[in-house]
Amino acid sequence: MRYAMAVDTKKCVGCSDCVVACQTENNVPIGYCRDWIVEVTDGTYPQLELEYRSERCNHCENSPCVRCCPTGASHYSDGGIVLVDHDKCIGCGACIASCPYDARYTHPKGYVDKCTFCEHRVKHGQDPACVAVCPTKCMYFGDLDDPNSDVSKVIKKRKYKTLIPEAGTNPQLYFLI
Amino acid sequence: MGKSRRDFIKISALGTAGAVVGSKYLMAQNQQLIKENPQGPWKMAEDLERTPTYCEVCFWKCAGWTYKNKDGQIQKITGNDDDPNSNGRFCPRGTGGVGMYYDEDRLKHPLIRVKDSDGNQTYKQASWDEAFDFISERLNEVIEDHGPECIALFTHGSGGTYFGNLLKALGSQNITAPSYAQCRGPREVGFITTFGEGLSSPEPTDIRDTKCMVLIGSHIGENMHNGHVQEMSDAIDKGATIITVDPRFSTAASKSKYWLPIKPSTDLALLLAWIHVLIYEERYDKKYVEQYTYGFDQLKAHVKNMTPEWAYGITTIKPQVIRETAREMANASPATIVHPGRHVTWYGDDTQRLRAVAILNALLGSWGRRGGFYIPDKAKVPGVPHPPYPTPRRTWRDAMEGKYELADLALANGVCDATIPSARFDCSIKAWIVNGTNLIETLPNRPNTLEAINNLELLVVVDTMPMEITGYADVVLPECTYLERYDSLRITQHREPTIALRMPAMKPMYESKPAWWMAKNLADRMGKGDYFPFDSIEEELDYQLKKVGLSLEEMQRIGVKKMERPYDDLYYHDGEEIEFNTNTGKIELYSTSLEEYGFDPMPKYTAHPEPPSGYYRLIYGRAPMHTFSRTANNPNLTDLMDENTVWVNPKVAKEWGLKNGQEVYLQNQDNVVSSFPIKVRVTERIRWDSVYMVHGFGHAKKQLSRAYGRGASDAQLITNIMMDPIMGGTGMRGNFVTFNFDKA
Repeated sequence: MRYAMAVDTKKCVGCSDCVVACQTENNVPIGYCRDWIVEVTDGTYPQLELEYRSERCNHCENSPCVRCCPTGASHYSDGGIVLVDHDKCIGCGACIASCPYDARYTHPKGYVDKCTFCEHRVKHGQDPACVAVCPTKCMYFGDLDDPNSDVSKVIKKRKYKTLIPEAGTNPQLYFLI
Repeated sequence: MGKSRRDFIKISALGTAGAVVGSKYLMAQNQQLIKENPQGPWKMAEDLERTPTYCEVCFWKCAGWTYKNKDGQIQKITGNDDDPNSNGRFCPRGTGGVGMYYDEDRLKHPLIRVKDSDGNQTYKQASWDEAFDFISERLNEVIEDHGPECIALFTHGSGGTYFGNLLKALGSQNITAPSYAQCRGPREVGFITTFGEGLSSPEPTDIRDTKCMVLIGSHIGENMHNGHVQEMSDAIDKGATIITVDPRFSTAASKSKYWLPIKPSTDLALLLAWIHVLIYEERYDKKYVEQYTYGFDQLKAHVKNMTPEWAYGITTIKPQVIRETAREMANASPATIVHPGRHVTWYGDDTQRLRAVAILNALLGSWGRRGGFYIPDKAKVPGVPHPPYPTPRRTWRDAMEGKYELADLALANGVCDATIPSARFDCSIKAWIVNGTNLIETLPNRPNTLEAINNLELLVVVDTMPMEITGYADVVLPECTYLERYDSLRITQHREPTIALRMPAMKPMYESKPAWWMAKNLADRMGKGDYFPFDSIEEELDYQLKKVGLSLEEMQRIGVKKMERPYDDLYYHDGEEIEFNTNTGKIELYSTSLEEYGFDPMPKYTAHPEPPSGYYRLIYGRAPMHTFSRTANNPNLTDLMDENTVWVNPKVAKEWGLKNGQEVYLQNQDNVVSSFPIKVRVTERIRWDSVYMVHGFGHAKKQLSRAYGRGASDAQLITNIMMDPIMGGTGMRGNFVTFNFDKA
């Protein structure tokens, strides 16, 4: 099993619904977020291109954050989901420094927090909150080992890119272009 | 500061007790938010207690569920799968609607304007009984001295149903919403004069099945009109062609096959050139036009010289692009939508521009056709019987001296104007009830609004938040949020009829109360209790629901009831005989009713003033995470966006030496300077002759702790109004701003 997410940049409108849905689903305190929107404009008027990306932890197969964690708090869970065990985390911040995607933050309670792919929902067969809420239905989630999962099908059909592939982390967040 | 009869009062001055309660509450709430789930493994959404609601953060009224955690606090709000407005997916504002409930700056107690011993005006915290006594006495005085017609209601949102009922019971029809003459009114009149019916809301655009959609000044995706955003995404998936006309590279423009970066204020010339191409290249739907329309020959002659080459000189859009896009529309027809947009009060000839949009749709045969416009249906639910309403002797229309007779709804600016005493008519409006609309920000020409307010004998403001308008009120009534109340049933049009229920997830916080309760209490006190023939709203809702074979109990469980359309009439059948509700019974390409009222029967392009040197046209719009000024203080939504910026083209920025993030004041053509500075966003996404900002920011009320002084208010800078002579809409895009660095 290999959980992954694809985000269709042709449909995303950058509305931030994924951000607020994650905050309310996961009790993320106001002022912090586990996912966020990036807007990139290219060109000069009127030859322009615009890309919105809903970004979050890439749940990398080769995660520097897991490798560098001194307490084992950062770990791989079922399906390759990268999680932080809050009880084991000492808040040293090594993982924050090692993440090429800046996907982690220190929670006011002292531990490091990040996207969990909503493992608590996924376990019960539901999509992560961001995927379930998206008004443009631009996000696909599922098991890459299952050729019939939404994410497998869309990645097979469409052109995609990953972020900072040169970091060698093998990220599992795919952006359809 | 001069002592006018109505000084602007800062509501917190007296609300110290309330403020402390509020901040303590927020602290508790924050602790709640950051508390870890004590259950260890996450609880499933389904284990949480949920109650149905429909959203009040905007007018789309999506139906959904409010979930509470085991501590009895609201955890989240999500969409109801059975709701066609949301399809189970709320937009960011609906998802963040929980912030309306937890906002510690909410209005907490009824307040009455009093004078202290030094003669200064202030607010006194009052009981509900005191507030109702005060209001009913003053309203009775207005009725005795001037007549019940001198009471007006401004409303936006669900509370309007009950306050509207109160007004009609008292004998006034002066009930208005700025969502008409400051927003979608010209569109309704443009379509009514063409097809015999307007669009209403949600607009019946069949985006789901469209093959080509034209957006002209409409920025779906930044306006989060939920169903339309969702369907546009489906249409993109299916490979539909999108054509976007906008001087700004909008989000929608970035998703479009064609972006036409038009010179602002020239849209009508483009529309006429498209009509020209369809007719002279014979690409229109001949069978449809012949069977259903009136005035084709006149239209053909009218647009003869309105060629793409003619339009090029006006719009800066190349003739080849005009032709190519017209052909795209024709090739996809009838599954083509020339989208009517929503906020269309731009240049004063807006009804005519929307007429051109309607005519284009008629030529493409898209009205009543799959992938064009479907025919909406709506549930028919009887109300609780009450005595007939008295007939008012006068309305706001009498103050308009025969103008704007084609307006199908009351004009908020008309009611405002009718409040300013005049020698021309015998009675001006003396009392306003304002519910859920911040007129200081929603009506253009603020000095005019303030003059009207200064002439009132009574101003009652009902709101959840201390918006600017509350500072001018004689009485402020704290409304509870939609998460704390029942409301009238949501009965909106769609492909299939639905009914949705809103019920409280929480008890009202502080002393806040629902609008229905306020209106009923006032009616009882004023001898109009017969018009509210129920003890509680639950009783009324259950009565109504039982009339259609449902019950309150069932609706509390399901939230949304989908009903079947009684007939197979979502689209016109091929060749079906149809009588349109116009003078000729046809779709009027040539409008006989406009002609009858002395207006152009077919749209003509007129040039509008252009910005003087050093000034830029002020264009404003929406951000997906906010609804006008209503959400500007919402803690969840300000976390996503807490101020607006002014978008400036890099060429302009270079000329003025502007840097990204630099704060500037904006100054308009009438030398009005924004109260607060706004940050510059240097971006290629805006034309060099315009600047752009999101509406709803720059609040001047300190009691809005997150919104105060954040960004600038476009409404403040809109002092030049281009009136639509047909229906009285207030065109707001004829304002020009320049940069001011020291607020001289």
